[in-house]
Amino acid sequence: MSLPTRHFDALIIGAGGAGLNAALQLASADLRVAVVSKVFPTRSHTVAAQGGVNAALANVLPDSWHWHMFDTVKGSDYLGDQDAIEFMCREAIPTVYELEHAGVPFSRLDNGKIYQRAFGGQSQNFGGDQAARTCAAADRTGHAILHTLYQQNIRARTHFFDEFFALDLVRDAEGVICGALVLEIETGEPLLIESKATLLATGGCGQVFRTTSNAHINTGDGAAMALRAGIPLMDMEFFQFHPTGIAGKGMLITEGTRGEGGYLINKDGERFMERYAPRAKDLASRDVVSRAIVTEVKEGRGCGEHADHVLLKLDHLGESIISKRLPGIRESSKIFAGVDPIVEPIPVFPTAHYAMGGIPTDRFGRVAMPAGQGAEEVVAGLYAAGECACASVHGANRLGGNSLLDILVFGRLAGKDIIDYVRENPYQRAVDAASLEQAMARLTRWDQKGKGIPVSQLRADFRKCMEDHAGVFRTEEVMAEGYERLCELRERLPEARLSDQSKVFNTARIEALELENMMDVGMSIAVSALHRQESRGAHSRPDHPDRDDQTWLKHSLYYKDGDRMDYKPVRTKPLTVESFPPKERVY
Amino acid sequence: MRISVYRYNPDTDKKPRMQDYEVKTFQGMMLRDALLEVKKQDESFSFRHSCGEGVCGSDGVNANGLNVLACVTPIEELKQPISVRPLPGRPVIRDLVVDMTQFYEQYRAVKPYLVRKDPLPEQELLQSPADRDKLDGLYECILCGCCSTACPSFWWNPDKFHGPAALLQSWRFLADSRDQASEERLDALDGPYKLFRCHSIMNCVEVCPKGLNPTRAIGHIKELMLEKGL
Repeated sequence: MSLPTRHFDALIIGAGGAGLNAALQLASADLRVAVVSKVFPTRSHTVAAQGGVNAALANVLPDSWHWHMFDTVKGSDYLGDQDAIEFMCREAIPTVYELEHAGVPFSRLDNGKIYQRAFGGQSQNFGGDQAARTCAAADRTGHAILHTLYQQNIRARTHFFDEFFALDLVRDAEGVICGALVLEIETGEPLLIESKATLLATGGCGQVFRTTSNAHINTGDGAAMALRAGIPLMDMEFFQFHPTGIAGKGMLITEGTRGEGGYLINKDGERFMERYAPRAKDLASRDVVSRAIVTEVKEGRGCGEHADHVLLKLDHLGESIISKRLPGIRESSKIFAGVDPIVEPIPVFPTAHYAMGGIPTDRFGRVAMPAGQGAEEVVAGLYAAGECACASVHGANRLGGNSLLDILVFGRLAGKDIIDYVRENPYQRAVDAASLEQAMARLTRWDQKGKGIPVSQLRADFRKCMEDHAGVFRTEEVMAEGYERLCELRERLPEARLSDQSKVFNTARIEALELENMMDVGMSIAVSALHRQESRGAHSRPDHPDRDDQTWLKHSLYYKDGDRMDYKPVRTKPLTVESFPPKERVY
Repeated sequence: MRISVYRYNPDTDKKPRMQDYEVKTFQGMMLRDALLEVKKQDESFSFRHSCGEGVCGSDGVNANGLNVLACVTPIEELKQPISVRPLPGRPVIRDLVVDMTQFYEQYRAVKPYLVRKDPLPEQELLQSPADRDKLDGLYECILCGCCSTACPSFWWNPDKFHGPAALLQSWRFLADSRDQASEERLDALDGPYKLFRCHSIMNCVEVCPKGLNPTRAIGHIKELMLEKGL
């Protein structure tokens, strides 16, 4: 069989903030770089990030990267790797300036500097007063950043493969990753892209849950590719439920609404966060606020006909702040909740939002996994950055505004590291036929004819199961039942068939391939959660309500093969400063 | 509710047709929800969509003759039976999926990126809130293509006329106090087609799902050209 093949120095899979910032470094260094994206780049889900990106610029209130680091470590419930966190918080400052120079239309202060707003979990002076660290372009920061990065890539003449779906990584005979097999969606034809280095930057997997702020495309493709390549996923039990999704729908209402002074109320009109987080109140960490909302509803203090949500009150902010700082939120609230936040509160409930875990990497974006004697051996030629990766800077709970930061810092750094890697490994390795065949089998599997289970049905059952069994509160019983049901669904997957096997822009085929990815990644969440017998950050177990540092201050590693779990230590030693030892986490 | 959808699959169809589906409605249903329901009934139906909240710009379609973004268009605002077609003037790849290549080429042609010639400071470039305000109504474009594919000038000359979406971005950078390439940008827009094919028909303004005004932006570019005596 003759397979069309293209050759590049570097292959980047995913065109969100991480992929595009990596591509920009590579293209600017005159490397031949290909970016493969299943959607046109500006449709990537970075576009939906609202509130902003954290950097201790101190434009509004005093700040330092060290305070940012403390907040991030505390926010992570001490599971984050402190070397990576120190690095990210230091790099945040030049990274934001670089973005601004690239053209991001940040909102401005009267003195002309970048506007910064308060966000959850931020403090001055290691746990003191509220900080204002989140650099914002109104409430469209992700859109502003993604478009700017795409624009700069146009200038740098990056080579884009728009609407190409990555099927699987390919290796040489020694097992070194040397590219990927991709599918051109428009023609339905496969294409082999050979590369000296490959970066997975495929974003999140929120679609594994039924109610999510994530887009249709967020199906964990890169994470699943890694799993199939024998690479474990790290800390997948830690999935963030954003406190304020539009009730019943899941669209995101930025934390910036609370940063600008909005607050949550229950059916009695009580500002209930005062009970859960006396100091930080509505700006406590996301895991804390989400649990509070679910508890209010469970205990009968929910709002609305079915008492199934709480209200986010903004009207006291006044029209000018809302129009100026939160215009997108006002628009979304009107369209999807039928309320104008200038006059009425927004009905909200937690929505599946962000995977703290992912493909384990070191702080240079290099994929690293246990091998031989080492817990963190680099997988040659393979990188991961952004939400699909786990550096790990978010640990058990991510702070708002640290996600855009993560993708930008580690995307950029992965790009830089790939430049060095390609310089040292200048020759393309030969793709192993067996590896290619395996990747191709993903595609041909869906050519099986006959009657079977429709993909859409399996997909719906799966997402419902994840929502019911791996949500905000998790008990042994609920999770064990969920795991059993997921196993059943996984066993039914081979019986799924496509009724439409045409080639041109067949989105049903793409959705089938995505379902396989989602089920692999969903399983990693369910199994990792079932095993961790403590409550830490976003992983909350009423049957194990306390954090147990003695046993569980360690990273989980899930392997697809046999649903096997392994663990590795947390890197508690920062690069230059003193370590922050685990403390009780109160807001 | 009945919804009539444009169907064409080059693998199997000689020519396009309209196909009717019965779809159950619900409170707050958007056009995208209806199309997803069609997809559930008939997996051979293809359309682009992603974020579902009007920011990714994937699901521009033509509903009852008007270009809209399906995910932010309530069913109740559309007269039934709803007829959904691909964005007009673009080659159809399949069903509601059109080839947007020329649209993107025109976007790239206006050099839609900030150009700085002076050395960069260690911190941010300063910009007053008033100067930043000039970018409102410009930077929010999601490249859905609703405007350019509603523009008769773009229908006739998609290879020569930049079209409203690209020109809006051209003005976005001309209007940015940080940009240092105004002269080059204006020079590049010279000639009878790239900019001047806009006849202020204003279809773009009418259909923009983000409420942006490309016609006004184009007007500003023309004024600036006059000012510079080009």
